[in-house]
Amino acid sequence: MEIKVVRKVLDANNTMAAQNRKLFAEKKVFVLNMMSSPGSGKTATLERTLSLLMPEVKTAVIVGDICTSNDADRLAKSGAPVIQINTGDLSGGDCHLAAHIIADAASNLDLGNLDLLIVENVGNLVCPAEFDIGENARTVVLSVTEGEDKPLKYPLMFRVCDTAIVNKIDLLPYLDYDIHAAVSNILQVHPQMPIFQLSAKTGHGFDAWLNWLKRQLLI
Amino acid sequence: MHEMGIAMQVAEIVRSSIPPDMTDARVERINLRVGRLAAIVPSSLRFCFEVIAKDTPFSDAVLNIEEVPVVAKCNDCQHEWTIEGPAFSCTACKSGSIVIMSGRELEIASIEIAD
Ligand SMILES: Nc1nc2c(ncn2[C@@H]2O[C@H](COP(=O)(O)OP(=O)(O)OP(=O)(O)O)[C@@H](O)[C@H]2O)c(=O)[nH]1
Ligand SMILES: [Mg+2]
Ligand SMILES: [Zn+2]
Repeated sequence: MEIKVVRKVLDANNTMAAQNRKLFAEKKVFVLNMMSSPGSGKTATLERTLSLLMPEVKTAVIVGDICTSNDADRLAKSGAPVIQINTGDLSGGDCHLAAHIIADAASNLDLGNLDLLIVENVGNLVCPAEFDIGENARTVVLSVTEGEDKPLKYPLMFRVCDTAIVNKIDLLPYLDYDIHAAVSNILQVHPQMPIFQLSAKTGHGFDAWLNWLKRQLLI
Repeated sequence: MHEMGIAMQVAEIVRSSIPPDMTDARVERINLRVGRLAAIVPSSLRFCFEVIAKDTPFSDAVLNIEEVPVVAKCNDCQHEWTIEGPAFSCTACKSGSIVIMSGRELEIASIEIAD
């Protein structure tokens, strides 16, 4: 006997994400989900972003890390409230932040007193793309020390994101990296996606990135 | 990489889809639809599901995975086509303004219970 089910496997997560989105909208907090492969510079980009936004834009960060508090410690120096989630303690080293984790973390934040909440997801270009957390926008960070063909290998991530950052451009003179190829690969997967070429180390390119971010807060 | 979590969700949905009046039900087959864009490796999902299904009414169930192609539609010229490689512009008019109609599915279509 066949029983029709027709249910999305990620129903539970999607429902939770919708609740988060509603709560964030009520509290007028814009939520940005930042994703990348390990080490492309999410934390470094955020450190500089926070230093340029705070205190004008009241920002908090939720950071997922498999098992250290290093990123949280670095980000807390900005004065922004930082909530750290060790996914290693949950179901055996989770590869992404799920919506219920964000709900828990957000309950420890004074949302009414925030303009912007940035989530640094777990370093991974596959799984986080599949999990809605109730964010308003998604950014993928790529660095010039990775292959130019990353967008072609992980198309879902580049499709679901609204913007891309190509980070560590201060290293370009020392590498054979073809940044034009990288940009054209991103656009092949997601035509018209805004792309910001940054150096979290020198601050190069941050004006354009911050302008985009601030524009989102006004929408 | 998150196939274990996905397998747990599948098990949860299957469990709740077995009619409560069917005691001793044995699930023979679980029909899943997985989009080609979904971040799922079918072989890992099968392996994880086998582990989770031990000692349940679906321990012998076959996980039947139907792969759903990625179909896109152009917002500018309404052209519809199947995307094979990682290229997401309209194949008719080159527009980049497209919608993905299918290919992200990750859903349980039905379960089959032994008579
Ligand atoms: N030269 C250079 N190095 C950078 C830049 N941004 C980050 N790095 C370095 O790259 C390494 C990884 O940076 P993180 O900011 O920790 O990267 P992440 O993406 O947060 O890493 P995970 O959270 O572990 O996934 C560190 O050694 C940084 O100092 C940059 O713009 N230029
Ligand atoms: Mg980090
Ligand atoms: Zn077209």
